[in-house]
Amino acid sequence: MSRLSERPGEVIDRTRPMDFSWNGKPYRGYAGDSIASALAASGVRVFSRSFKYHRPRGILTASFHDPNLMVQVGDEPNVRAGHRLVEEKMEVSAQNAWPSLGFDAKGVNRLLGRFLTPGFYYKTFMSPRSLWPWYQRVLARFAAGGVVGVDPQPGRYDHRYAHPDVLVAGGGPAGMAAAIDAAEAGAAVILVEEEHRLGGHLRWGDSDDLGALEELSAAVLSHPGIEVMVDSVVTGRYDHNWVAIAQRGVEGVDERLVKARVKCLVVATGTIERPYVFEGNDLPGVMLSTAVRRLINLHAVRPGERAVVLSANGPGDSAIADLEEAGVEVAEVIDARGDDTVIKASGRMGVQGVIDSRGRRHDADLLVTAVGWTTTTTLLNMAGDRPMYEPRAARYLSKSLPYDVLATGGIVGDGSTDQLVQHGTAIGREAARRASVVKFQWLTAVPTGVTRQPPDTSEIEVPPLEAERHPELFRSSTHGFVDYSEDVTSKDLFAAAAEGYDSMELAKRYTTVNMGPIQGKLEAVNAVAIHGEATGSSPLETSTTTWRPPYAPVSLGVLAGRQYEPVRYSVIQPWHERREAKPLVAGSWIRPEHYGDPVAEVTAVREAVGIIDVSPLGKIDLRGRDVPKLLEFVYVNKWSKLDVGKVRYGIMCNEDGVIFDDGVTGRLGADQYMMSSTSGGAAGVWNWLDDWLQTGFPDWDVKMTAVTDGYASINVAGPNSRELVGRLTEIDLRPEAFGYMEVRTGVVAGVPGCFLWRIGFTGELSYEIHVPSAYGLWVWERLLEKGEDLGVRAFGIEAQRIMRLEKGHFIVGQDTDGLTQGHGMGVDWAIKLDKPDFAGKPELMWQAERDDYRRLAAIQTEDPAIVPPEASQIVAGDVIKGRITSSRMSPTLGRSICLGQVDPDLAAPGSRLHIRLSDGVTVAARVLEHHAHFDPEGTRLRG
Amino acid sequence: MLVILCPHCGPRNSDEFSFQGEIVARPGPASDQETWRDYLYMRDNVAGWQTERWFHVSGCRRFLNVERHTVTNEIGVVTPVGGVQ
Repeated sequence: MSRLSERPGEVIDRTRPMDFSWNGKPYRGYAGDSIASALAASGVRVFSRSFKYHRPRGILTASFHDPNLMVQVGDEPNVRAGHRLVEEKMEVSAQNAWPSLGFDAKGVNRLLGRFLTPGFYYKTFMSPRSLWPWYQRVLARFAAGGVVGVDPQPGRYDHRYAHPDVLVAGGGPAGMAAAIDAAEAGAAVILVEEEHRLGGHLRWGDSDDLGALEELSAAVLSHPGIEVMVDSVVTGRYDHNWVAIAQRGVEGVDERLVKARVKCLVVATGTIERPYVFEGNDLPGVMLSTAVRRLINLHAVRPGERAVVLSANGPGDSAIADLEEAGVEVAEVIDARGDDTVIKASGRMGVQGVIDSRGRRHDADLLVTAVGWTTTTTLLNMAGDRPMYEPRAARYLSKSLPYDVLATGGIVGDGSTDQLVQHGTAIGREAARRASVVKFQWLTAVPTGVTRQPPDTSEIEVPPLEAERHPELFRSSTHGFVDYSEDVTSKDLFAAAAEGYDSMELAKRYTTVNMGPIQGKLEAVNAVAIHGEATGSSPLETSTTTWRPPYAPVSLGVLAGRQYEPVRYSVIQPWHERREAKPLVAGSWIRPEHYGDPVAEVTAVREAVGIIDVSPLGKIDLRGRDVPKLLEFVYVNKWSKLDVGKVRYGIMCNEDGVIFDDGVTGRLGADQYMMSSTSGGAAGVWNWLDDWLQTGFPDWDVKMTAVTDGYASINVAGPNSRELVGRLTEIDLRPEAFGYMEVRTGVVAGVPGCFLWRIGFTGELSYEIHVPSAYGLWVWERLLEKGEDLGVRAFGIEAQRIMRLEKGHFIVGQDTDGLTQGHGMGVDWAIKLDKPDFAGKPELMWQAERDDYRRLAAIQTEDPAIVPPEASQIVAGDVIKGRITSSRMSPTLGRSICLGQVDPDLAAPGSRLHIRLSDGVTVAARVLEHHAHFDPEGTRLRG
Repeated sequence: MLVILCPHCGPRNSDEFSFQGEIVARPGPASDQETWRDYLYMRDNVAGWQTERWFHVSGCRRFLNVERHTVTNEIGVVTPVGGVQ
């Protein structure tokens, strides 16, 4: 092969040479060359070795969908060399060939070919089972595919949402015409083209085609209503016209995933030329007519010296003229519309001779086939269409489409450029009209008071576009490759049929035909036809192919997009950062785990006073006459007699009786309550309340506002907490004026609108101050400033967790799990089964009757130095009797402490337990009388 | 990704909503176990039109009754529980 003189439609820029390497050797191409065209221009004929037999393979389609042109570029495997443009200094190498393309050691498989029948691997490497790992290692070395770079270079990927009225998939003549006329009708249009340039088959056509291309693409590119995406692919159409586009060539990112909600989708994806099955059909030098036309007309590459052409259609005949113009000697034209055909191509590393059906042998290094077209119906299929095979035209045609999907161009039928454009034009106008109908439905879904002009309801008349008559040509009288990616031959399909795989779906899975990276685009129709031939049925007529997304392989990077993970911070975060708090990911929140020394933080709280930022605590403001009814329903305990100024602890269960949240709720005024929930459960509780209020009890007078972010929350804990808080507020803090489990509102550090409640998660005297969040940091800093002489110290989640464990307070989700029902957690007293109704009541009733549930217990190991890891099993012999749910070394007690769930027969105080550690060692432990390891009487808390 | 025509917010992507499934009536708290467990766990799972509940959690936060064809995902009438607010 060699480079031709300038071609009128060439896409290469001869002023910009590109130096790159192929298998370590230097090569030169031009800007605009694909990797394949640049190599072909330099005489490269063999591009890869096949998957199973390691046969030499060359250019077949010269497009994205060429199964033989998968190469390695740098550390990127499986690059489509028929599509990817060559770049300066690009390092390209062949895949699946060792030690080299010319001599491939694994080519020994070719000799074994007659043994590599379908199911060969299943049948051969079945036994003995003990050798499976060895088989796996050896076979993995024979598998195709490139090498994934181990250097985790992060690519740059992006996502975007788009809301076009009309999206046109395919930038051929009909697609361009549709885009122009939809935009002319006022629609916002996106036009997506898989290749690097608009034009479809016009690009490699004659001067009339090139003239039409220039006119259409100029109109498209200059129209302000059309956004053009080239080198981009519509990978799928999902429900309600949710369309995914992998967009390449965007500045600043490697790839971008566009998620488009399309009001009307126009599918103009055209056709893909079908290979022909005969002996030697995979030899380098056997090419489709579109491949040679691309090479000659787009890249000015002479595809061979002496050609035989098998043609059954007009475009195939045009290839003959192109070949002659390119100086290729056309040795023989075999007209496949008659009885003649090709029997065999022969040669070792490429075509050397062709034998036709009359038995004549032609010397040739190029065999061009033009035997038919496969409609690219993937998107239609995803839109619910079931395209049917039309034998007269030897292709699948659309049967029925939903209202918001239209088709135009080669996928519908054949015609002159004018006919294609006329069809596209009408479809474009109709698409714009249907988009306006959808838009009208959407805009009028909500009553806005705006009067809108109803859309035009009269359909645009679309001129017919008929699929031309075409002979059905799938296989010659010899056997050849059907699926090039997977090395599946027509003989394999016959063998599968003979073995009883008479269903195409089963034969597909057995032979792996259609299952390679080309996903059946080239070979699916041949496979179905040949399977039909083998089984004596005519499945094409009754079959339809199911195409699933993605249409073409997409990178995982583009699906992942940017690494966005929104997080939430408390308003006190700037202080935490200054003090280099160790960050802890707690759900969507980032919280201080500790400030360097959690043990010292515990000591400060137990001996003096500490403050902790508990702003993520869920807070819901509840107002109205019926709030007590709501509380009675969602909590297991009673709420009707909660006086103003009091708070109460409550547990919420789902309707299956499983605990899902806990917290305190206080009554701030006659009809005003403040509910708190766990930090992680805040959203769930809010939704839960909304659900009951809207769907269960719509008549109740309850106004609910989520105010989690409205208040910064600071828990002041420790023996000096009363003194410290007293220095910042006028609220009467004396025990007789503000008792345990009470709430007060007032001014703190000059900030009005605060509320405080006296609760004690840590087991110490403590006040939880809730400050309007704009002043959270201010109050935090005042507490530290005013408490300096009192020994105040900030503490983090870890110190709080240690102290609550010392105190025996459980954490929902830590000490409970998705099956833990209300009873057994030490708060059975709070479950009021005598209430007429509450969420989960029946299940809790039955749970109490069964009395078989695990109990939460405070547990101490006999060896005080051993801290059993959380989730350690509690065992009796080999029977699991429970598990450790929380464990820590207690700085206060100087020993290991645990909470755990234990079977009822081992839950009694004093029971001896055996805890199995992860290393298999079992340690002895015992159950305590109270949940609290420390201060079980609660004297500190209530002081 | 479906489009749901929220009667308050207009056409919105379904990922703004939380799917609550078939609408099941809550039996009384004195129900027998079979009735209660049917309420908790048993669903009709029809292939065809059904009215189901969606919660526009990232929108108006209203619970909606949505007619949907479970095979084609076609959406019919959408009404807020308790009427438009």
